[in-house]
Amino acid sequence: MTPKLAVFKLASCDGCQLTLLDCEDELLALAGEVEIAHFLEASSAVEPGPYDLSLVEGSVTTAEDAERVRAIRAASRHLVTIGACATAGGIQALRNFADVDEYRRVVYAHPEYVETLATSTPVSAHVDVDFELRGCPIDKRQLVEVITAFLAGRKPDIPDHSVCFECKRRGTVCVTVAHGTPCLGPVTHAGCGALCPAYHRGCFGCFGPSGSVNLPALIPLLRRDGLDEDDVERFLHTFNAAAFENFERELET
Amino acid sequence: MIAPAAPAVLDRDGLNALVAALVAQGRTVIGPTVRDGAIVLAELTSADALPYGWGVELDAGRYRLVPRVDGAAFAHSAGPQSWKSYLHPSRERLWSADRTSEGDVSFTPDEPEVPSYAFLGVRPCDLRAIAIQDRVLTGGHYADDGYRRRRCKALLIAAECTEPGATCFCVSTGGGPAADPGYDLALTEIVDEDGHRFLVRVGSDEGAELLDGIPHRSADPATEETADAAVDAARDRMGRSLPPVDLRALMGASLDAERWDDVAARCLTCGNCTMVCPTCFCTTTEEVTDLTGDHTERWQRWDSCFDLDFSYLHGGPVRSSARSRYRQWLTHKLSTWHDQFGTSGCVGCGRCITWCPAGIDITEEVAALDAELADHAAYGTETD
Repeated sequence: MTPKLAVFKLASCDGCQLTLLDCEDELLALAGEVEIAHFLEASSAVEPGPYDLSLVEGSVTTAEDAERVRAIRAASRHLVTIGACATAGGIQALRNFADVDEYRRVVYAHPEYVETLATSTPVSAHVDVDFELRGCPIDKRQLVEVITAFLAGRKPDIPDHSVCFECKRRGTVCVTVAHGTPCLGPVTHAGCGALCPAYHRGCFGCFGPSGSVNLPALIPLLRRDGLDEDDVERFLHTFNAAAFENFERELET
Repeated sequence: MIAPAAPAVLDRDGLNALVAALVAQGRTVIGPTVRDGAIVLAELTSADALPYGWGVELDAGRYRLVPRVDGAAFAHSAGPQSWKSYLHPSRERLWSADRTSEGDVSFTPDEPEVPSYAFLGVRPCDLRAIAIQDRVLTGGHYADDGYRRRRCKALLIAAECTEPGATCFCVSTGGGPAADPGYDLALTEIVDEDGHRFLVRVGSDEGAELLDGIPHRSADPATEETADAAVDAARDRMGRSLPPVDLRALMGASLDAERWDDVAARCLTCGNCTMVCPTCFCTTTEEVTDLTGDHTERWQRWDSCFDLDFSYLHGGPVRSSARSRYRQWLTHKLSTWHDQFGTSGCVGCGRCITWCPAGIDITEEVAALDAELADHAAYGTETD
């Protein structure tokens, strides 16, 4: 039987799903190996579940989505979350540190029309997840690796180490050491191939915390390289706001 | 037999001719050049790409390119990469396998034609690092075939050190700014009122042949004396030093030291120190299957003892704390390396100090461990 692949979206920008469509060279091979049963961004034809592998993009920000993700889990043999929203709550998790009602009043003419939860949470806060693929957006190579691994019944080769590993492997000159550029690379999960430092920019932490984070060691370096306290907070509270926040909270206690 | 060639002198045109001769031989010439605000190693097609007029200012966690008025090409210390990037690349395919129509699996080892490298400007510390990696990767039960094939064809042109950096400490590791045997040619750069020139010593027949083919003159005693004096002076200008103690014994006695907690608080466990180290050789392998499952490849890639997965055994990593991972790295480098390979694993190039974003300084850590051990010894004596 051809395995059935499904792609679902919660609160997100669609960029991670788009990465699947962006797998131009591998897309035909993928279509030969799986039945794409539910992928609204690509086709309105929808097959019912159960699905062998469901890719879920986006975070849970409404009661309805919390319900929906439970239904997706129930219909999926394997559930893989893709991207910073689904794995960490995304940019929209900035609400977790603020008053959503206040935001709602400021942004919408008719705040009473908007029903939303007070927090943006990763899918794993609601249901069991078989694998979390990081990134904002996810990396195409890594997505193909995860799908391939699930088809082969093996563990995906997605290293948990820092972006520094990738900079050094590709021979990029360290932007912090050589240019004094603030960079989140030493605490950020690898996966992008160290894209930003290769273009002389510090890492923005799109892939969230690595498997071994030491923020108390990094923050003084960010301060030394010109960021003030607010800058540091903003830097850490971008794509994976809630994920780095967990480490910051450890700092305070 | 090594030709008993006498030292010679090249001027800048001679160095141009040297690179041109290497390129004409079909060699891939790798040497220092300025890129991305640093003096990196890259392929050179002409000696013009050498970092003439550039030097570096180094400190722990800090590297800055600075102009030099003397126009020297080799007056800089170790940069962001080492020669292992070429001899022991960060990623390499070992073999591939295909499922045949009969249902068998056929394996194909990967033995691509390797480049004939010529490394131009190998520092004496890096020459020692290459000798260390030779012992690790070409000997014993776990020889690395790709390394061996690249290394056999590589030509080494050393550049003796006349301008050590603030993070250099080769002298305290038993090395020094003069090139040990192992090179094909060794250059010593001199810039003074008599001009910009390079004293050339010959270390192999191949080096002698190469020198024969390019315009040069015999070395005059004054040039030889100037070169020797510059290298001698460099010996006394090391920016740092390891404490003059038995490091092997010190590390062995420091397994429970409190200092490991201190350094762990500053360590980002980012792995930069191991990646820039010219002797760190650890790799892991990854299997890459394609979507059909009919084709698979095994790739070798650099690994690091700072990666949690490095010590992953059934159920979890053995060295989960930063303390245990930093201790593993330093203890292996300075102590258990002797047991495994007969030498220290450190050549004092200073890269791990310069390129640590947090500026952790191996010489400072070792000194602190030594002081802690001395304190304990003193305390032990008092309480006896």
